[in-house]
Amino acid sequence: MKFAVRACSNGRSRVGVLQVGSCPNPIETPSLLLSTRKGLPVFISPDLLPSLPSPDSHLLQMSPLHLVLRKKYYMLQQFSWVLVSYFLCLEGPSSKTISIVGGLHQLLGLHEYGFAAVPRDSVFCLPECGGTNKIGASFETPCGRRLIKPIEYMEMISSMKPNLWATLADEVPSWVPEKRNKTSVDRTLRWLDECIALSPAGGAVFGSIVGGSNIVERQRSAQQVVSRNVSGYWIGGFGLGESMDERPALLNAVTDILPEEKPRLICGLGLPEEVLQAVAAGIDLFDSVYIYHLTLGGFALTFPLDRIERHSSNFQLSDIGSDYTKINLRATVFRKDTSPIVDNCSCYTCQNHTKAYINHLLNVHEMLAQILLEIHNTHHYLNFFRLIREAIKEGKFEQFRQKFIETRRHLAVAAVCA
Amino acid sequence: MALRFEVLGRFNRARAAQLTLPHFVSQTPLFMPVGTQGTIKGLTTNQLEEIGCQIILGNTYHLELRPTSELIDELGGLHKFMNWPRALLTDSGGFQMVSLLHLADITEKGVTFQSPVDGKPMLLTPEESIQIQNRIGADIIMALDDVVRTTITGPRIEEAMYRTLRWIDRCIAAHKRPNEQNLFGIVQGGLDPVLRDICARGLVDRNLPGYAIGGLAGGEDKDSFWRVVAQCTAALPEDKPRYVMGVGYPLDIVVCSALGADMYDCVYPTRTARFGTALVPEGVLKLKHKAMADDARPIDPACTCMVCKNYSRAYIHCLVTKDAMGSQLLSYHNLFYMMKFPKGDVPEWVCNAMEVAGIDISSCCAPFSSTQD
Ligand SMILES: [Zn+2]
Ligand SMILES: [Zn+2]
Repeated sequence: MKFAVRACSNGRSRVGVLQVGSCPNPIETPSLLLSTRKGLPVFISPDLLPSLPSPDSHLLQMSPLHLVLRKKYYMLQQFSWVLVSYFLCLEGPSSKTISIVGGLHQLLGLHEYGFAAVPRDSVFCLPECGGTNKIGASFETPCGRRLIKPIEYMEMISSMKPNLWATLADEVPSWVPEKRNKTSVDRTLRWLDECIALSPAGGAVFGSIVGGSNIVERQRSAQQVVSRNVSGYWIGGFGLGESMDERPALLNAVTDILPEEKPRLICGLGLPEEVLQAVAAGIDLFDSVYIYHLTLGGFALTFPLDRIERHSSNFQLSDIGSDYTKINLRATVFRKDTSPIVDNCSCYTCQNHTKAYINHLLNVHEMLAQILLEIHNTHHYLNFFRLIREAIKEGKFEQFRQKFIETRRHLAVAAVCA
Repeated sequence: MALRFEVLGRFNRARAAQLTLPHFVSQTPLFMPVGTQGTIKGLTTNQLEEIGCQIILGNTYHLELRPTSELIDELGGLHKFMNWPRALLTDSGGFQMVSLLHLADITEKGVTFQSPVDGKPMLLTPEESIQIQNRIGADIIMALDDVVRTTITGPRIEEAMYRTLRWIDRCIAAHKRPNEQNLFGIVQGGLDPVLRDICARGLVDRNLPGYAIGGLAGGEDKDSFWRVVAQCTAALPEDKPRYVMGVGYPLDIVVCSALGADMYDCVYPTRTARFGTALVPEGVLKLKHKAMADDARPIDPACTCMVCKNYSRAYIHCLVTKDAMGSQLLSYHNLFYMMKFPKGDVPEWVCNAMEVAGIDISSCCAPFSSTQD
């Protein structure tokens, strides 16, 4: 993996270029990593992946725990077919089999994609600090609560051979007592050393930084990790109860310490405002859990992508949670709407299908609805990141960010008054 | 008549033909996957073209419930609604009602059933079935028939056959788009050769664009099954397509094609995919099975589909029945397998056996039917 910063704007925000071994073309940052379930996007099958913007879509994030968890107990809960499936875990392939197959790229048939392995994925694998102890990190997974030791984690990494991977972290929510937060910083550092000691050849190491909502602990964690031999940084402990207002100070405390020439990956921040906030603090890489939640809810992103210069006037009000950045395609107003989700959108979904058809698919619980929505939403969000990069390159990131937030606020007010 | 059927080659009673429909020029024998609600579960229309699907079946009963035929019509027909450029076929809706709703009752007027929406009694007449199908706009539409299970015996079979013949005239009279849609009649008559013969003759007299053999795949034994198909294909005209309804197990398709049938439909390949089963030349492969967890081979090493080129059984094993992707990938492989199958990808041993046996294929059926479910 190679990384270089190309341009900066208004202080911390920056554009970089990330070169990952298996991707044919370098990827510009700030960039979105496509979240996956067991290595593939949840609904986009591998033959549909090339229809997404390239090379932007060539970085995939996966949790090694998805693939090797073994059955522990069943939880039968009657949700939709999507949810119920998560609670029934049978055996996955063993690390040995993945190793024999030749690692993630072989297993998934995605030779021109880069894989970033991170234990937490914010959907199927959540840090569960009550169960974490000095032996290992505990996660809430579809197969129940699992304790993962550094040595087990490194076994997964060696067999899967991701292009880059984050060290095991003890992530805690913002409300834990100071003492527990300190322990989390110490433990994450100790596991970092253990992981590096056990680490296989190849695969860039991203050192995990934690510290909760305490600025001093955030700084201490960052300083310690910076002194280690790592290729990049994974910033954990966000999206775990801290407020939007306290985030800039926490993020800045970390990025001020990090060397400029190494990439920074963050977990748990996904809303457009959150992404803009983190980019302003100098974060380079994001996961796309936001897309997953939108898709499951029947939402499609619709905010304008023309640099937010003009206020789009053709927004359609609908009753279920539409808010001028997104629409809910379950809403009955779309029953006879033969236009694509976004006019001029070049994604597979908008080029081939109407809102009326997706509304029908959602009504009759057909899986194609999620496939089409995930394609459009991923496409749309990748383009949002492209706009962010353009704004930084032009030295206008702060203006871009203000305009985006104002447009949303303005339109929200207009909606209330209407 | 809005189709052309040209026989391109023959082998005994079997034939390969080109079926030209308003939306697509298809090659028979062909398999039609079932896209009940205007989509084949988990696959995009681009993927379906890639796999080689020529005709997709839509279920009139489901489409009329949601989004309704009025809406489909208003938005320009089902082809446009689901963005499928190739051919479509819709069933009459009658069979779905009889099989899905307990309170369905058949009278001379039509099929009465309890509305699943508000519980009120509803009536589907032959005229209404055709009107709905005219609005949906498929290339091939099916006449409303009086379906009885083949395992039933007695006067009910005879009644149903004669009613089917009376209803075909009502369907023909109601059909408003004969230049864009082809109405197929359905041969009924249970397992009784005399009744089947009367029905086939009656339908042939009406000179329809194509004919279906109905009332099969309902639990009858294979020996009775192939005899009905053999009798009907012999009675139906050479220059019209013949469609065996509800048949889709690979071996059944081979047998029916040998007997001169051209078209098939079945939910089996996609339904079985959702339960983690793959179709392979040897029969089926259950991906859920523990033995698959560490099997690094593809589903079918000889298959050239996107899934078999890229994925091991071990990886599919960890997806099936849990992740949407598992059913997407297995449906892809299973349909790919079905599309290749009638196009001459029949295992050589089957071809050899057929040739030696000539028309007497009943001996092939018995030992292998057990591997199919
Ligand atoms: Zn789109
Ligand atoms: Zn295959």
